[in-house]
This record gives sequence, structure tokens and C-alpha cells, in this order.
Amino acid sequence: MSQPVAAVRHILIEGNKSYHNITEDLCSPTEKSPSREWIIAFSLATVFLGLYVFAIVWTVWKGIGEWGANRSINWAWDITNFVWWIGIGHAGTLISAILLLFRQRWRTGVNRAAEAMTIFAVICAGQFPIFHMGRVWLAFFIMPFPNTRGPLWTNFNSPLLWDVFAISTYFSVSLLFWYTGLVPDLATVRDRAKGFRKKMYELFSFGWTGSAKHWQRWEALSLVLAGISTPLVLSVHTIVSFDFATSVVPGWHTTIFPPYFVAGAVFSGFAMVQTLMIITRKVLNLQQYITINHIESMNKVIVLTGTIVGVAYLTELFIAWYSGYIYEQFAFYNRVFGIYWWSYFGMMFCNVLAPQVFWSRKLRRNIWWTFFLSIIINIGMWFERFVIIATTLARDFLPSSWSYYRPTWVEISIFTGTLGLFFFCYLIFCRVAPVVAIAEVKSILKMAGDQYIGPDAKHGHGEKAHHH
Amino acid sequence: MAAENTKVLYGLYNDEEVLKGAVKTANAAHLDIMDVYTPFPVHGLDPILGLKESRLHYLGFIYGATGALFGFLAMTWIFVSDWPTMYGGKPYWSVPAFIPITFEMTVLFAAWGMTITFYTICGMWPGVKAKTLDNRITDDKFCIAFDVTHASDSSVDQLKGFFQNTRAEEVNVKTI
Repeated sequence: MSQPVAAVRHILIEGNKSYHNITEDLCSPTEKSPSREWIIAFSLATVFLGLYVFAIVWTVWKGIGEWGANRSINWAWDITNFVWWIGIGHAGTLISAILLLFRQRWRTGVNRAAEAMTIFAVICAGQFPIFHMGRVWLAFFIMPFPNTRGPLWTNFNSPLLWDVFAISTYFSVSLLFWYTGLVPDLATVRDRAKGFRKKMYELFSFGWTGSAKHWQRWEALSLVLAGISTPLVLSVHTIVSFDFATSVVPGWHTTIFPPYFVAGAVFSGFAMVQTLMIITRKVLNLQQYITINHIESMNKVIVLTGTIVGVAYLTELFIAWYSGYIYEQFAFYNRVFGIYWWSYFGMMFCNVLAPQVFWSRKLRRNIWWTFFLSIIINIGMWFERFVIIATTLARDFLPSSWSYYRPTWVEISIFTGTLGLFFFCYLIFCRVAPVVAIAEVKSILKMAGDQYIGPDAKHGHGEKAHHH
Repeated sequence: MAAENTKVLYGLYNDEEVLKGAVKTANAAHLDIMDVYTPFPVHGLDPILGLKESRLHYLGFIYGATGALFGFLAMTWIFVSDWPTMYGGKPYWSVPAFIPITFEMTVLFAAWGMTITFYTICGMWPGVKAKTLDNRITDDKFCIAFDVTHASDSSVDQLKGFFQNTRAEEVNVKTI
């Protein structure tokens, strides 16, 4: 880690930890029997996963007529949920890639779990467009390959196909990045394990030894993957926004969509990271590794991106008025005061007003406020997508086809079911892999451990202690 | 990388700074270090070990360029020659519309190519048994290893003396 770092160094590892303490603390959740909280949470997640499977089987068996989507509002809850989940995924890549490029040390406490969150969120997101296809057994038609159907190729000019490429690339690259980071830590678990567990971790740690040359290549690979993941993550939500922005529907056909969607994605993703981390650090007893400083840093990102999103909302309204074009003006009047006015105001409150409390340092460092607001923001960002999608389609070109949309029990079950799927995956991950990157935390110990830089620093070690 | 059945003499250190000092001492005494193993990437170790910078990123560029060319040329061939289709009155060869997929293919090829190369050149795959010298190397020990398969007794003694002088916590022999 070379020069460009902040002058003020925050303590990121508390409790006077040695390297061995770090190994013990971070491996122990995978070695102990599951706690009661874990078992309750896992049972609950499994129930919702069951609900998901049931609702999906129902959908495939009976057809998507079982959903509330209709001729006017043909994109409704499913695409709302898709965009919501994809957005949540973005924080993981932001933390692991962009913060690596900016040499932000606090990423090491949360990057592993955030990347896992990305992968599970993208899995959840993928369910919606796949099952929205209707005849899901023909889903492979979206892949371009020489075929016996003409040959009938996919339409490479369509943003929906760009989405297929963007999401699948994003998923697989995130998986590589996450797993390669995980390999040295799985080797740490392997070298502590015995019997069958050792066999399993031997299989999954690929024979890692910790050789200097391997570390050098591992760092080179991580840096390049971070470098290419950064434009990748920006491209993913840009392309998701193209699904709307390249259409000719008033309210969707706007050039502001790509940056506005990316900011919103980071915003919602950080909120979900907060929700998860606040629970994880408590349940797995990791408060000394995921500290209040980490939480505060993430809250700063939340207030920044929340404000960007707010500016985007207001810009949309202004441009609609300024355009002097009545159809555009109607689309936005309808968005604010139309049939779904409550979701617009919910969105404004949750995404723009509520996060402003984080200008206060005291509230940024308050666990309960952070947790509460992270839930509010998750809800708000869901509303944002619903507002954009359902409100716009409900009042389309011909008043004769104006319509109202309400979800059926099938759609509600699928959505809550994906929450089950998400937590099912996340809870298993917490049991089998270290949720904090062990090697990376060790590598910053002498720069961010409280015994080195804190007010009671015992070791000078080239770093100035803050007292005297 | 060690071949089959290498006899290794290794010393374990408690701190990366002590390890770096020991590597410098070994260099000064012209001792031929087989490898150094650490629980995390130690910065400043590569130059004193004489490790050249990894060339992995050059390969990454080549993989990425391959992906970009493949994606762009495939779309061009399909839409211009194999099955020209008119979409909204646009030209068959609508280059701006090909940009997003070309970009995604660049990233996809670069990432997969580099990752597969990384595991291949490191000799790491599922099921490979790690040639672990000591289980604590992935925990909190820093290890310098010498290949002593064909070493004379006097040179082994010299290496043991080196470990003692450089404050190694433990010295062991293991065949891997």
C-alpha cells in the first residue's frame, strides 16, 4: 500500500489483535456449531425459499397470467424486483473494486461479505427476467449460437440482449473475483481443520501454499480484476437503465437514466450492506473487525449517493417542465400526483429526505439509526423502481388502455421468496467461509490496528501514535 | 516450484519485518532460497527476493483484446453476412449498438483468461494437494525454505546457522 492514503488514519481493527487472534476470531464462526440465532434465521430463510419454489412452480405450470401484469402494465413487480436486486449487488463490486483502486483500507473489513452479497443478489435478480419469459424451458434462445431455427440470431441492437451479456458477465466476473480472494482464507481454514472438513477445504482451496510468487500473482490478478470490474459495474446498471432509456415512452426516454441508475444502485447496495453487516458483526461477534468507523464510512457513501439520487429526481421534474412538451409534462405530473402518488412520496421520503440525517456525525455512528435507515432506504429504492415502471405504464399512449396494477399472491410470494433465497445463500456462506477477509485484514494490521495507531498505541512501528 | 519429493529445510519467523531482514542476510551470504511462504502478501518482499514483476497483466490485455475482436467481429458477421435483418430502418452494420456487447466480451475474456492463467501457472486446481510445510504458515508464521535434497552436511549446517543468527523461532526438515 503506497502513498495516496488519507492523512488521518482510522482504527479499523480493535482489541490489540495479533495475527493469530485474527485467524482465531475470523475462522471460529465456521468451526463452532451454529448458534441459536443462526438456526432460527436459517429456518425462516428456508421457509421463504420453499414459498419461492412453490410460487415459481405455480407460475411455470399455469403461465404468467397468474401474475397481475396486464397488457398495459406488462412490466410490473418482476422487473421492479429485478432492478432492485441488481442495484443491491452493485455495492459489493464498489467496495471490492473501486475502493481497492482508491486504496481505502476500510474495505478489508466488509469486502468479502459485500462481494458474497453481490453474487447472491444477482442470482435473485436473474430469476425475474428468466421466469417472465413465460416458456422458461426456451430461455436458452437468448444465447446467440448457430442453430437450426433459421439460423435465427438474437437481436444485438436490443438493450434487453445487452442486459443478458452485462448481467451474465457481471455475475461470472464477480464470482471469479470473490473466489480468488477467498482461496488463501480457505487454505487458512483447511490448515486448522481435521478429517472430512479438511478434505473439503483441501478441495476448495486449490492447493494454496502462500508462496511469495503466488501472492505476487494473486495481487496482480486482484488489481486487474478490480480495474476491469469498475467499468463493468458502471456498465451493468447503465445497460439496465438503457432497457428504459432507449424506449420511446415518456418518462423513460431520458438521458439522465444511466448516471441516476448507477448512483441509485450504489445507494441501495450500501444500505443492504449495512443491514447485513450490522446483524453479522453482532451475531458472529466481529465488532472489532467491522467497527463503527467502517459503518460511518459507509454512511458517508449513503448520504452522498442519496443526495445524487435526489438531485436526479428534481432534475427530471425540472426538465419535464422546461421541455414545454405536454406529454412529457403529463408523464411527470402523473408520476407525482397520479394513481400511484403514494409510492412517489414514499420514494422521496425514504431516498432523499431520510438519509440527510447522516450529515450528523453522531447519527452516522449510531448503530440503531444506521440499521433503521438502511431498511428505510431498501424500501425507498424498491419504490423508486416501482414508480418508474408501473406508474409510467399505467398511463400510456391511449387513454382507452390505461390500467391499474396490483400484484397477485404469486408475485408477492416470488418476491418475498427471493429474500428467502438470498438469506439462505448468505447464511450458508457465513457457516462455510470466513466473512471477513483474513489475509487482507492481517495485511493492514500494522497500519490500522489500535495497538499501532490508537491513543494507547504500544508499538511505534514507523507510525506516529496520536497521543502526546 | 518444488518437484516431487524435495527435502526442505525451513525456518519459521514471527514477524514479516524479521523475515525481510533474514532474506537480506541470506542474499548477502549467497544462500539459494527455494521459496518464502507468508500468511498474507508482504509488501517490499518481492524486490529483495529478486522476484520480477508478474506479467499476468500483459496477458490480461491480450485476452481482453481477443474478447473485443471476437464480440465485434461475430456481431458484424452475423448481422452483415450470415443473416442480415432490418431493425427499425437502421444499417445492418450498426456499430454504436455493438459497443455494449463488445465491452462486455472484453471484460469477460480478460477476467476468465487471467484467472485461468493464474491458477494454471501457480499449479492450483480443485483437488491439488497443497505442499504445506507447516500449518501455521497460513496463520501467523513467516517461512523461509531451502531445498536440501542434494545438499552436503556442511551446507545444511551453514543454513541452520543462518536460521539461528536471524532469530528463526523454529527450524525443521520436511520432505514434500
